[in-house]
Amino acid sequence: MTAAKTLKIGFGIVVIAALIIVPMNFNRYGLFILSQWAVMTIAAMGLNLTLGYAGQVSLAQGAFVGIGAYTAAIMTSSGLPLIGALGVAIVLCFAIGWILGYPALRVQHHYLAFVTLAFSTLAFLVFRNEDWLTKGIYGISNIPRPEIFGYPTRRPLPFYYVCLGSLGIVSLAVWWLIRSPWGRAFIALRENPVRALSLGIDTRRYTLMAFAIGSALGGVAGTLYAPLTQYVDPVPFHLSLSLDLLMMVIVGGSGFFFGPFLGAMIAVLLPEWLRFTQGYYLMLYAIAVILLLIYSPTGILGILDRYISERRTKAASALRAVAKAKLETAP
Amino acid sequence: MSNLLDLLIAGLATGAIYAIVAVGFTLLWQTSQTINFAQGEFVMLPAFLMLAVMHAGAPFWLAILIGIALSLLLLGLGFKMLLVDPMLRHGVLPLAIATMALAIGIKEAAKQFWSAEASPFPSIIPGGDVTIFGRVVALQSIGVLVLAILAVLGLTTLLNRTSIGHQMQAAAQNPTVARIIGVPVERMILLTFLINAFLVALASLLITPIYLAKFSNGEVLGQAAFIAAIVGGFNQVRGAIAGGLLIGVVDNLSAAYVSTQYRAAVPLVLLIAIILFRPQGMLGRPEERTV
Repeated sequence: MTAAKTLKIGFGIVVIAALIIVPMNFNRYGLFILSQWAVMTIAAMGLNLTLGYAGQVSLAQGAFVGIGAYTAAIMTSSGLPLIGALGVAIVLCFAIGWILGYPALRVQHHYLAFVTLAFSTLAFLVFRNEDWLTKGIYGISNIPRPEIFGYPTRRPLPFYYVCLGSLGIVSLAVWWLIRSPWGRAFIALRENPVRALSLGIDTRRYTLMAFAIGSALGGVAGTLYAPLTQYVDPVPFHLSLSLDLLMMVIVGGSGFFFGPFLGAMIAVLLPEWLRFTQGYYLMLYAIAVILLLIYSPTGILGILDRYISERRTKAASALRAVAKAKLETAP
Repeated sequence: MSNLLDLLIAGLATGAIYAIVAVGFTLLWQTSQTINFAQGEFVMLPAFLMLAVMHAGAPFWLAILIGIALSLLLLGLGFKMLLVDPMLRHGVLPLAIATMALAIGIKEAAKQFWSAEASPFPSIIPGGDVTIFGRVVALQSIGVLVLAILAVLGLTTLLNRTSIGHQMQAAAQNPTVARIIGVPVERMILLTFLINAFLVALASLLITPIYLAKFSNGEVLGQAAFIAAIVGGFNQVRGAIAGGLLIGVVDNLSAAYVSTQYRAAVPLVLLIAIILFRPQGMLGRPEERTV
């Protein structure tokens, strides 16, 4: 094992330990924000799969979070377990994502963004207007929090661990997925769809798959969102959530595994840290995002990536120089 | 039947405003691949600039002139130099995301520096009604329609009949060749940004008396212009005009005949249908696929 790899694993363990231990003495609000970060990271990871790996722009991720949240709210309020709602939400979002992916087969990049944008607004209208199902603008309140192995998670800290644990499971699943042949097919799809097709990759199926899996992860985030806020109304699932999620993926670094973690951190935590500026905090947040994107259009991890590849090039050219010097001194 | 005619006129009036905004949107796309998600906020802002100038004691006409000048400076020149120029070479998506952030920034700035409440805004068209063919029609609707048509006619004349217009089209269609035959491409791109800034200022002037000046105006307007641009044809100016008028009429008719709750859904369904069956839009040309 190389030193760099040991360092990476060590760093990972420290971060995970910190995420478990540090929040133990956080207040209710701090835990809520951290849980929200975990939930949004899951949704952004789904979008990163669709956008960052498969290269399909989706502006509907917020709508899938909404579908998941409403599924969880409706089912758990009528006494069904959250795990059942999770299953239903995954299947539902997967199916809708699959269908929504069909236009992606006909039209290219930005047109697809427009279809998903329209879907996002349509979903919002359904949440708001179908009173019999979603209770309309009044929303569904008193959503119960689940019991995990008979252990109640009603208090903020245990529920934070539920969110963090879910994030862990989703991360492992996505990690495995992008290293599987599927993940490689997604990347081929992003880099050059025509070439991928001529190499025998069924681009139709993989495009739909990238959409459906990304959307299903949005649904997973939604099923956690409902018991987290314990109240679901249409407002949070407006188009702006989809745009926020897209921003998280791009700002963090789309196509990087850890991009969504950082992006969600900036989108959820930075406005909170800026709250001392009162009315100016969203303005400062917007300026920060713009400046970051001007400096590095590939997001935060893009900066890191650039730095590492520069160092590698330097190291390589140094090696070359040494080798050349040796060749020249040799008789 | 009489009701239908009223709805049509009102629809055409709002549609004409959408068309102006959508034309600016397509111009930016054509010349510099900028998908401006802040276009709606660009329409919202000039009204606030004009209100601020009036607040300082200037008469309405002076406020309009200063407002338009400021909007050319900020939303035209500033937008291009500070945001589009540094980001364009990195592709369409990061720039689109940056304009989303810009939209948030402009909205919050209007809320913070002016007010979260809606403010009344004077109209450049006198109030009252006129009778045309025995029908009573609001002067406001007629005036908006006439001004919007004049703006669109002026723009199409500029693009199709003048040397500058031809140079702009050349710069949009094939910048490399345009540069070779001596078209100052950079200046032409700057010009489209200035035209867009002028169009949004005009739209702001026309629509704010109807909607009142509110920081959140941009959300609805931006989306309507966006849909209009796609429905009409993303890469054609006349497509955007047709799309704008169509969306305005459809919006008004569906509010009356479908349901007020799902009024916003009808243009969206239209949008999805257009994209599925004619992705280049009603009047657009298909874009070539590159390997």
